[in-house]
Amino acid sequence: MNCSLNKKTSNLAANKVILFLLLCFITNSVNAQATLLIEKVSQKLALVNDYTATGIMKTDVAFIKASLGKVKVYFKKPNQLKIKKEGGISLLPKGGVSVSLNSLLNTKQFVAMESGKQLFKGKELQVIKLIPTDDALDWVISTLWIDPVTALVYKTFTTTKENGTYEVTMEYGAHAQYGLPSKIIFGFNTKDYKLPSGITLEFGDDEPISKAKALKAKKGTIEITYSNYSINNGVSNTMF
Amino acid sequence: MWKLISVELYKIYKRPRTYIAFGAIAALIVVIQLGLKIDGDAYAGFLMKDINDTLSIEGKILNGYLICYILLQLLLVHVPLLVALIAADMISGEANLGTLRLIFTTPYSRTQWVMAKFIAASTYTILLLIWLAFLALFVSIWVFGTDDLFLMKSNYVVLITEADVMWRYVGAFVFAAFALMTVTSLGFLMSSLANNSIGPIVGTMSAIVFLTILSTLNIPLFSLIKPYLFTTHMNNWKEFFDLQVNADNEAIKGSILNIAKIKNSLIVLTLHIILFVSASVIIVKKKDILS
Repeated sequence: MNCSLNKKTSNLAANKVILFLLLCFITNSVNAQATLLIEKVSQKLALVNDYTATGIMKTDVAFIKASLGKVKVYFKKPNQLKIKKEGGISLLPKGGVSVSLNSLLNTKQFVAMESGKQLFKGKELQVIKLIPTDDALDWVISTLWIDPVTALVYKTFTTTKENGTYEVTMEYGAHAQYGLPSKIIFGFNTKDYKLPSGITLEFGDDEPISKAKALKAKKGTIEITYSNYSINNGVSNTMF
Repeated sequence: MWKLISVELYKIYKRPRTYIAFGAIAALIVVIQLGLKIDGDAYAGFLMKDINDTLSIEGKILNGYLICYILLQLLLVHVPLLVALIAADMISGEANLGTLRLIFTTPYSRTQWVMAKFIAASTYTILLLIWLAFLALFVSIWVFGTDDLFLMKSNYVVLITEADVMWRYVGAFVFAAFALMTVTSLGFLMSSLANNSIGPIVGTMSAIVFLTILSTLNIPLFSLIKPYLFTTHMNNWKEFFDLQVNADNEAIKGSILNIAKIKNSLIVLTLHIILFVSASVIIVKKKDILS
């Protein structure tokens, strides 16, 4: 009786060890696949040393009324990025532009974990979570939606330490082979905006309360549609 | 008629009081421009505290267009008081000096004299507005340069592109001319009722202050009469600086959010001018100049 019980216990322990080893193997294998895909994306991005691009920027923040504006985008390796409006005042999400794909991937200081597959605009994309290994980095976690076939990142969702969360959606066109989007949408959280009438001197204006409430509910987006890329033709450091 | 207007303009030109308003406006504008030139960045930083938490803004926020808007917000409330100094003295000043009897015995009718005086007072008002526009807009552009107009309203921000700004100022100044003409006509009406200078001037100023307070108070009882007060409409020059947005929250260049409000205000102000001037003509025609 005792012998049978001992045998059963030792079998159970052996099963647990096997299960643990299997889990470790699967996890390692999955993480290895994720790292491989991220590496593929990095290789594609590495083709571009620098670029300048012109585009049309659309600002959609609930409390801002702004029209479309022409912008020029400058990029230089490893992760210098500057968006300049051609004349006039430009509004960009605070810190959001610096959380670009290059700034996420070029550091190499992260652990990549596969997190299933999702359909996004008709494409089956691999979802990969990046967790930084360097405490000095200003982002906490980032989720990437990547097409495993083309190694193009279609969406990122990044949580930062200082500036909230950013959702970046990308569309690709003529420069997809370099991993450069034809359209990019930065989504970010906006805080409430309110200035006292004593400062704005808008006494007696009847702003409907419902409108003010509706303004608070929305998130902000900045959309840039690129019209022209000049790749690897050199960009001066003074641009940044 | 032109001869009468020339005479009345000459009288205004010779009166030292005329230049008080020009001097006061110049002094105020120069002081504000100087303050903003020296410490404008701190002021802009204070205004944009909420926005800076969310967005990083690049460009020349404190440019001539914004300075002009700030100046107009501050001054267009007070310029009516300066207009009253001259307009409210046009008839009563003559009555006080005893010269009203003299001019009414000339071959020209009382109506012609009243209209000539009103046109002269209006010319003074328009010149004061042009002086204000020159200092507030053109000198500010010269000192601070130009860029897009970044307007911070109580509940939202309007970003108007540089090329889309100047015509709005032209519209705003034309609108302001109607508003100040209304004050001129009110001063004129007060002037026709009195035989001394101080009463109509103080009366006009008091009426403006009183009605402005009623217009700015958001109390339901006053909301019933607010649409009929000219002071409610005087500030609607600001409507030129608000844009329509489409379904994607994209501002439409060259648009005005509430053009109907501007039209309505212009109609109300014009009706007030006609009412006040007509009443002045009737009162002066019946005025006893023999006693």
